[in-house]
Amino acid sequence: MKTLETLTFECETGNYHTFCPISCVARSYQKIEDSFFLVVGTKTCGYFLQNALGVMIFAEPRYAMAESEEGDISAQLNDQEESKRLRLRIKRDRNPSVIIWIGTCTTEIIKMDLEGIAPKLEAEPGVPIVVARANGLDYAFTQGEDTVLAAMTHRCPEHGSLRHKQKQDLVYGSDIPPVEPRRDNRKGKESEIHPPLVLSGSLPSTVASQLNSELERQSVRVSGWLPSQRYTELPSLGEGVYVRGVNPFLSRTATTLMRRKKCRLIGAPFPIGPDGTRAWIEKICSVFGIKPHGLEERENLVWDNLKDYLRLVTGKSVFFTGDNLSEISLARFLIRCGMTVYEIGIPYMDKRYQAAELALLRNTCREMSIPMPRIVEKPDNYNQIQRMRELQPDLAITGMAHANPSEARGIDTKWSVEFTFAQIHGSTNARDVLELVTRPLRRNNKLEHLGWTNLSKQTTTQLFTN
Amino acid sequence: MKLAHWMYAGPAHIGTLRVASSFKNVHAIMHAPLGDDYSNVMRSMLERERDFTPVTASIVDRHVLARGSQEKVINNITRKDKEQRPDPIVSTPTCTSSILQEDLQNFVDRASISSESDVILADVNHYRVNELQAADRTLEQIVRHYLNKARGQGTLDRSITDTPSANIIGISTSGSHNQHDCRELKRLLQDSGIEVNQVIPEGGSLRDLKDLPKAWFNLVPYREVGLMTAMFPEKEFGMPYISTTPMGVIDIAECVEQMEKHINAWASILLKEKVNHASYIDNQTKFVSQAAWFSRSIDCQNPAGKKVVVFGDTTHAASITKIPAREMGIRVSCTGTYCKHDAEWFTEQVQGFCDEILITEDHTEVGDTIARIEPSAIFGTQMERHIGKRLDIPCGVIPSPVHIQNLPLGYRPFLGYEGTNQIADSVYNSFTSGMEDHLLDIFGGHDTKEAITKSLSTDTDPNWNLESQSELNKIPGFVRGRIKRNTENFARQKGVTNITVDLMYAAKEASGA
Repeated sequence: MKTLETLTFECETGNYHTFCPISCVARSYQKIEDSFFLVVGTKTCGYFLQNALGVMIFAEPRYAMAESEEGDISAQLNDQEESKRLRLRIKRDRNPSVIIWIGTCTTEIIKMDLEGIAPKLEAEPGVPIVVARANGLDYAFTQGEDTVLAAMTHRCPEHGSLRHKQKQDLVYGSDIPPVEPRRDNRKGKESEIHPPLVLSGSLPSTVASQLNSELERQSVRVSGWLPSQRYTELPSLGEGVYVRGVNPFLSRTATTLMRRKKCRLIGAPFPIGPDGTRAWIEKICSVFGIKPHGLEERENLVWDNLKDYLRLVTGKSVFFTGDNLSEISLARFLIRCGMTVYEIGIPYMDKRYQAAELALLRNTCREMSIPMPRIVEKPDNYNQIQRMRELQPDLAITGMAHANPSEARGIDTKWSVEFTFAQIHGSTNARDVLELVTRPLRRNNKLEHLGWTNLSKQTTTQLFTN
Repeated sequence: MKLAHWMYAGPAHIGTLRVASSFKNVHAIMHAPLGDDYSNVMRSMLERERDFTPVTASIVDRHVLARGSQEKVINNITRKDKEQRPDPIVSTPTCTSSILQEDLQNFVDRASISSESDVILADVNHYRVNELQAADRTLEQIVRHYLNKARGQGTLDRSITDTPSANIIGISTSGSHNQHDCRELKRLLQDSGIEVNQVIPEGGSLRDLKDLPKAWFNLVPYREVGLMTAMFPEKEFGMPYISTTPMGVIDIAECVEQMEKHINAWASILLKEKVNHASYIDNQTKFVSQAAWFSRSIDCQNPAGKKVVVFGDTTHAASITKIPAREMGIRVSCTGTYCKHDAEWFTEQVQGFCDEILITEDHTEVGDTIARIEPSAIFGTQMERHIGKRLDIPCGVIPSPVHIQNLPLGYRPFLGYEGTNQIADSVYNSFTSGMEDHLLDIFGGHDTKEAITKSLSTDTDPNWNLESQSELNKIPGFVRGRIKRNTENFARQKGVTNITVDLMYAAKEASGA
């Protein structure tokens, strides 16, 4: 394979494996404590969630399926009446502050007007309903969260007008009194005067506060997160508010924030890995005209702490088949760690939203003097497997459908979904990323001498057949 | 619309894929949106499958909604045909393609003109049948297709094998304990002097299907998958089948007696002698299987009369109801199944072996029933296991739905004589663990919890401030202790007595955990 001097973008057939975007409920319902997610779909959706969420299913989760039956499909049953009945039941059993309807492929095809029904139901006193169309026709995996957050944006109170917020709640019939946004004065230290900054992306609260304190060190105060821990605490948005996503898959949310809420988007790489975190902070500081201090020392310290892992990964090659859109940031971090990346598969590449990240990737490749990886949008898994066979990467970061078969063919594999559910943001968690990346390498180092690398009877030409 | 977050049986296409990917060299193409190929994950993960699951999707996206699939499905089929030359390609509809109402049959017909492989459209309706019914239907469809094809080509061999032989129908991938059951069935047949002609669908080859009628009879161990398939050759060639599940000592005997009957129908002509398995059954029951002796032993007096609740698929729930009730003297308070479509058969089977019968797909109804009855043990699916956990009632897991624990590496059949041992163990162990818990409760529990968590060191503990305390509480319970210890050690090293949130993160970075 020829080495590349510049980043190349390719687009294949889109025949790849990924999670359905409705999987966003798994993270989101845990993040937003007073929410209830209702997935309006079929048995197929339910089956996926039930199996993908594993043991969470047994923990009485705050989500459920509204399973369409034949009567719903053929419109013998009235969508609005059905939705109303379910909403009453959810309200009675769980009393959430918000119900989030997740539209699926089915609701798209039968053109169920969720956006139209929701305000009608809201008009009666009850629970606000947010509609997010997170379906497999349009989106992949983590993009589901993007649609939820984009929909949530419209429910954020207007910046600088408390009266407006109350009015809005009246319109939407919320019976929960508006809550004053929590003021965070824990250091008692006056923050530098800068416009409000709202971060988007649902992160575990520990990771969110780690990033808050990283910024606080530079006297940047985060005035809110989208989403907040509770629906009733959504941050205020509006003209003059600066926003930045912490995840690479939030382009729809970013667009909504800019176009509908008139917020200013800060274009920065994502805080994944110490390099990404530093670049992220630097960019935010520069927008606010703050001179960052101590960032280089801090980054070096983190790299220093990673030495034992770096020794394992340096010089190794990696292949991303692509399924969750964090691939660019992860690849950039791994290249900085000394790895070579052959291919970055990615479901969808928003070159504008990820511009700063792509630039950092380009620079990182130059500085580490390794060839630029090829970026393959909408990859074709079958072709990718052929390419992997040819390239024999030291590590494949891929979905569970291909993980075991690849291992059986002697290719070390890391299951990509783990990067979505593990804590990978900020300098503090850089080690966790490498912990994941090196796990197969460490395990297989121990097994190498046994000589059981190839455990499949399939010949290389009949890759898929059994 | 129905509110649900758990279902016992999956959607129809899963059943079709299970059957298709069980056969050798069959490729399935789903007409589905992105993300619906989740069955590949399940197979690769639950089955710990080494090879790539032969299932791909012809993706339905916005463009398909706007102007139809057009050439897409056909191109995908012909592409797969060129890449891998599967024997047939099975085109599978999903819930999405059901509502799109595209003429898949037309696509399939056109694709089969240009491809070497046979192309079959799975005839399943997503909104009418579930996973199990679809699996049953698809297996029948494939077998029918190949038998009719062989008949058309004149290659169908109607003569039966010289020595007694049988087909085992219904062993499939992701069917829990199926592999072990299959091995046990082969042994049972071998012990009875019967050769295995073919096992389908698992590991079966479509090129051999034409020889399916050479067997003397068919054995269908599971009611859910295979019954339709067995009925087809019975009707066409008068080939008999046995649908008695050889689970539990009594039903195994019943099954072996039926085999004897089918063999003797031909044996007197072909072998000039009749077989008699009475002594085999007697010996196996009394001395090879431990189950009969076990239920007679002192140990088994304790569970006698205790209440249990059983819930599962028809095959397992019916057998696991009959085994404790008539072979161990245990009282089955309630038994149930989620296979609504087969409720009549189920009711007939368990009639007289239980106090009440529950037919439902709603897990909350099962949970409520268990809570009301308060049995000493439950035998149910993974869902009932969790209901049991919540109510503090031990649960023995019977399939399905499957879970990675239901696909054990070790030899754990449910069927045959070894199966009886496994079931006896499982029943007995559920009760003893229940007893232990009660005794522990009575005598105040294990008295060691405090001693383990309390540190023995004499160091003065650093002080956690309110924020760091609440931050600590956000950390998941199972790592909290470790994080707390690490942070405190770090604080001691630094000579800090007050732990703040920042210090916590610093400790995390330093310790690298």
